[in-house]
Amino acid sequence: MRTFITSGALTALLSWAGALTPALAGSEDVVVEGAWSRASIGMNRPGAAYMTIRNTGDTPVILIGLVTPLAMMPEIHESKTDADGVSSMAPADEITIAPGESMSLEPGGLHAMLMLLQTTMTEGESYPLTLLFDDGGEVTVEVPILGIAARGPND
Amino acid sequence: MRRRTILGYGAAGAGALVFALFVGWWQVDGPGAPEPMGQRPLALSAMDFSLTDHEGNEVGPETLIGRPTMVFFGFTYCPDVCPTTLSDISGWLDDLGDEANEMSVVFITVDPERDTVDAMSEYAGYFHPAIRGWTGKDEEIAKAVRGFRGSFERVPTEGGGYTMNHTASVFLFDAAGRFVTMIDYHEPREFAVPKIRRALEEETEGAT
Ligand SMILES: [Cu+2]
Repeated sequence: MRTFITSGALTALLSWAGALTPALAGSEDVVVEGAWSRASIGMNRPGAAYMTIRNTGDTPVILIGLVTPLAMMPEIHESKTDADGVSSMAPADEITIAPGESMSLEPGGLHAMLMLLQTTMTEGESYPLTLLFDDGGEVTVEVPILGIAARGPND
Repeated sequence: MRRRTILGYGAAGAGALVFALFVGWWQVDGPGAPEPMGQRPLALSAMDFSLTDHEGNEVGPETLIGRPTMVFFGFTYCPDVCPTTLSDISGWLDDLGDEANEMSVVFITVDPERDTVDAMSEYAGYFHPAIRGWTGKDEEIAKAVRGFRGSFERVPTEGGGYTMNHTASVFLFDAAGRFVTMIDYHEPREFAVPKIRRALEEETEGAT
């Protein structure tokens, strides 16, 4: 499944990242912890990934996108529940993580939304997910796939 | 591209009638609800809708009277909020143990276009066995949501697909079908489980 090479968006991002590489600063200090996903039922429904992204450096980092061979259209989304108890979900804006801060992607809030799955997400397996940052850097994590009713990374 | 918004307010006449019923109910069952007036769901006995469960049985609000009931709305193409609610509920039911067998637990889809009986059957199978999945015609789903004073809306997404905004609270009713309380989305277990016990206990009181 080497589909990521065929992704036009990625190609564009990579060339852009390449151009910016000399100025790379910040994202090399990003640490991703506690990544997990729930198993999917087949490939028609979107999946989601959760994790904590820590900026251990001294400059802010901005998460601008995601790439994974698992899904053609991975995006950072945010779920919100309003005062009337109504939940909605929409693509999130750029996510800035200040020095020393961390950002949690967790159920009911920010999540890596995995649209157009290329394979079924099977419990016990894992897949790589690459976070793209505005300085051209990227961080790849291996995301374990837990049971469909998992509630957190330790389930 | 249909765009549906079901608010908890009907025409003025219907609203007045509902209000009159509500006042009667309020006086009989007493206060104690944190929800603002008008947002409070009807009793199951006052609701009217007809759906199909994930085993193909015809069901409606009357199906639920006689047992304490937990109802929530969602859709199976929901990657974040709905599986979280389903796994929260599965955890609460595990905590309740045998008591959970006395309850009806119903997941009503707001996306019947994709959530057919077969889809609901497949999905329900992954969570606690007490959870039943109900689907049906658009207008019957809309009637159900209105009875619970919930809302839902179909929202197009970039890729040409759509997602559903929907009420994510869990509704609790006693065995007589009276609304007891709701559990907010992702409410911690230490608050949720006692609320469910309240719905279960009212059954005992009703039986004496
Ligand atoms: Cu999403």
